[in-house]
Amino acid sequence: MNPIKKFFRSIADLWSLIVGLQITGKYFCQRQVTVHYPRKEIAPEINQTYRGHIELVASPKDPTKPKCISCLMCVSACPSGCITVVKSKPPKLSPEEEQAIKDAEARGEKVKKPTAPKEPSQWKYDFSLCSLCGTCVEACTVDSIRFSNELYVVGTSRNDFKYDLLARLKSQAEKRGPVAESKPEAETKEA
Amino acid sequence: MNGIATELIRIVVGLVAVAAFVGLNGLVLVYAERKGAGHFQRRPGPYEVGPHGVIQPIADALKLIGKQLFTPENADPFLFWLAPLLSFFPVLLLFVPLPFGPVLTVWEVDLGLLLILAFAGINVLALLLAGWASNNKYGLLGAGRAVAQSVAYEIPLLLTVLAIAFQSGTLNLSTIVSQQGSWPWQWNIVTQPLAFIIYLVSALGETNRAPFDLPEAESELTAGFHTEYSGMGFGMFFLAEYANMIVVSGVCTALFLGGWKGPFVDGFWWYLVKVYALLGAMIWFRWTYPRVRFDQLLNINWKWLLPLATLNLLGTAFLMKLF
Repeated sequence: MNPIKKFFRSIADLWSLIVGLQITGKYFCQRQVTVHYPRKEIAPEINQTYRGHIELVASPKDPTKPKCISCLMCVSACPSGCITVVKSKPPKLSPEEEQAIKDAEARGEKVKKPTAPKEPSQWKYDFSLCSLCGTCVEACTVDSIRFSNELYVVGTSRNDFKYDLLARLKSQAEKRGPVAESKPEAETKEA
Repeated sequence: MNGIATELIRIVVGLVAVAAFVGLNGLVLVYAERKGAGHFQRRPGPYEVGPHGVIQPIADALKLIGKQLFTPENADPFLFWLAPLLSFFPVLLLFVPLPFGPVLTVWEVDLGLLLILAFAGINVLALLLAGWASNNKYGLLGAGRAVAQSVAYEIPLLLTVLAIAFQSGTLNLSTIVSQQGSWPWQWNIVTQPLAFIIYLVSALGETNRAPFDLPEAESELTAGFHTEYSGMGFGMFFLAEYANMIVVSGVCTALFLGGWKGPFVDGFWWYLVKVYALLGAMIWFRWTYPRVRFDQLLNINWKWLLPLATLNLLGTAFLMKLF
């Protein structure tokens, strides 16, 4: 490009400065896109894409109980050691029942001892240690772990991030229950 | 004797008023800057402290005042603490010849423009001292940039101011304003549009404002010359920067935009409206343009602004001689 052309080109390119000002000026007048958090929260359909701390998946039969079979694969897979699962113990027998089993064994009969249920008795999760790597989600044999879309996690102490996920599942199921029932009512009101 | 005493009282009262004005303006401009930044990026800006965050700058100021004044190891303590003072206090003097209103001038000096240009130069020294004395590589680089930039951009600034001085035949800002009329087409910007643009660009360079904020480029130099300053040491530089912005806008208003004269009713309000419009434009520029590279910065100055300003000055001189 010859110098004279270059000179006029440079002057013509100054127009881009005006274009830049137009863009920011337009933005200045437009509606804000952020949300004032404590007073407002974003629409739930937006945080569907958010992957927060892990949560348990409810079993299809009983929404208050997880699919979990206490295999402890997640515990051994977790690199941060933030998952604690305690297996359920077999139900305690009354002295009479125990006596009956002993008697049966003495008689040489085959007795079916009551076995422990598969579901966990405790499912503790320390979010403050978790690195959200998702290894537990992959390791879970029955797809009982998934990422929640819990966006607003606030706590004032370290212990606030030690979650009891069984209790969380239960409370969520209870919360969802009445909502599901009340929905048709709302629809009829609108109609 | 009596005359000198009244003059002295006038100057002292004027300087106190200027200091109050500068402090108040710092608060207003910090708020405007942060709110502006927010809205240009489609977010609310400061919102929590007071309704719409109006008390935020006061909270910021209190935080700065409450902080410990910390001198880094192996820094030169005398020069280190001299620099913020040297940066802030001469700025107050720059307000002395500014004609805020028909009678609202601290001290009407015949060589007002010269006084402003002379004392504005001290700021460069302050930045150099700050960067040098803090014993920090980022500080030193920032100081080096500040000196190269301010020295370069002072020249076109001077040449454009000189063009107006040629045209009006005076260096007294009040006289320059009184020679212009009330309506926009009677202002100097109509006869000197090129000088106005060159002045505006050089003023941005002179005050180290974006897109020419290389001495404190956050992404490369952490904070440039004021990296090591905490508390009010930093606060002084901050206030000085905003005061300098007001001064360059004030001079621009007096030279090109008719000063305190405006449609319908003349008065200091027109001056303030114009100054704040220019400051708003500066904030707008800051949140629009990306920072230039250092070679680009000097190329703009030496290859464009300086020749154009010289041509403009020669043209003005020729036309003044002709008519």
